Order: sequence, then C-alpha cells, then structure tokens
Amino acid sequence: MFGLANPDRFMRVTRPLVGPLWVIAAVLLAVGSVWAFRVPEDALQGDTVRILFIHVPAASLGLAVYASLGISCLFYLIFRHSLADAAARAAVLPGAAFTGLALITGALWGQPMWGTWWVWDARLTSMLVLFLLYIAYAVLRGAFDDEGRGARAASVLGLVGLINLPIVKFSVDWWNTLHQPASLLRAGGTSLDPAYLWPLLVMMTAWLLLFLAVWLTAIRTEVVRRRVLAIRARRAREAQG
Amino acid sequence: MIDLDMGPYAAFVWPAWAVTVGVLVAVVARCLTQARRWKRELERLEGDNQ
Repeated sequence: MFGLANPDRFMRVTRPLVGPLWVIAAVLLAVGSVWAFRVPEDALQGDTVRILFIHVPAASLGLAVYASLGISCLFYLIFRHSLADAAARAAVLPGAAFTGLALITGALWGQPMWGTWWVWDARLTSMLVLFLLYIAYAVLRGAFDDEGRGARAASVLGLVGLINLPIVKFSVDWWNTLHQPASLLRAGGTSLDPAYLWPLLVMMTAWLLLFLAVWLTAIRTEVVRRRVLAIRARRAREAQG
Repeated sequence: MIDLDMGPYAAFVWPAWAVTVGVLVAVVARCLTQARRWKRELERLEGDNQ
C-alpha cells in the first residue's frame, strides 16, 4: 500500500481502473434504479419505500467516505505523504454530497412516515454534525494561503471528526431515537425481505463504485494540479532570479 | 413491470429522486471538468517547455 504513496506509481496503477469503474457504476446505478421501481409497495410505508433505495446508500457512503477522509488525514499527519492529503481533499465533495442527500431524502421520507421533516434525535443530529464536519474541513483548507498549513490544520480536524462515526452508527442503540435501528447490518442477520434486500445491495454497490470512480479521478486530478502549481512556482522563481 | 404511480406519496418520492440525480450529476460533472481542466493546463505547460 505504501508503494502507492509514490504519485507516479499511483497514477500508473490507477489509470486502467478508472474507466471500468465509471462504466460498471453507471450500469449498476441504472439497474438498481429501475429495480427500485419494480419492487412491490411496502405494506406499511407504501411507495415511500422507494426513497430508501437512495437514502440508505447515501447515508452509508456518507459515513464510509468520512472514514476514508479521516484515515487519509491520519496518514498525512504521521507520514506527510502528499498523496494522503490529496485523498482526504478528494473525499470532501462526494462525502458532503452523500451526507447532504441522506439528510434531504431522510426528511422527504420522514414527513409522510413520522409526520415531521426533522427531529433533533441522536441519529439525525449526529448526521448533521457529520455534514458540518465535511464543510468545516473544506472551509479550513481554504482559509490558509499556505497550502501546507491548511492541509495540516484540516487534517487535525478530519482526524478528530472520526469520533463522530461510532456516535452516528450506534446512536440508535445508545439513545431512544425516532430513527429506527439498523435493519441491514445487525446481529442476527438482516430483517429486510429479499424483495427489497437485493435491489438495495445493488444500489449500495453502485454508489460505492461511483464513489471510487469519483475519488480516484479527483486524487489523480489533485496530483496533476500540484504538478501544474510546481511548474508555475519554478518558472516564477526562474523569472525572478 | 415498472411502477411509476406513487399515489399520495408522489410529492415525496419524486423530489427525493430528483434531488439525488441532480446532486450526483453535479458531483460527477465537477469531477470530470476539473480533471480535464488541470490535464489541459499541465499539457500546455509541458508543451511550453519543449
């Protein structure tokens, strides 16, 4: 894994992966989306069950992407690998988008099912905190003229924010929440009927692959951007001296 | 068969999917346009060197 910390090697290894990732993610997204509208209405939720095929992947990825961001921040702070910082930076936009979508689609499901768009229960509040952590990371990075200082400050924040992940995951067990407990990953196996489970798994795989495609592309872009900035800086020095 | 009749929940189901499609398209579009932009800039700078 540490061999990939070399940007040249990373670019060489990931180049043949990116295209197939985009294609497989697009195909699975199309299949999963059509499947989501072919499942029967749920006896209790009616057609709102179709919102869960986007809400659950968005929420799961919101958490998983932050874990990637936090681990990248840890590697950057310990080893000072520029690629780890690039990975953290590249995870912010898709992570914030997924978490924001989880909040919006959750509200659109909650209004007809719970009778409210929002409650300050532990799961919803900790997801909002997760969204704010993504925003704070992006703002902090942009607040410094010196990119290195911005990267270090944002990495500390990104690392500290990892504390929120178990709070989000176990909030429904630790506190009495309006949000239902886990029905997919739980002790004793899933409680989902196979009619809903399989299309949900297809959608979750599709979203995961879409994230990997976006992430790898964005890290590669970050490597290219840094090369451009390095060339510009070198030319500016040459012009001065 | 695809069921597109969301009945009384149409006002919740369709906006949820529409927002999701919009956000995902925006994320992908930004990712790809940034990739193209910086790749072109690098090629331009490296072309100046030769």
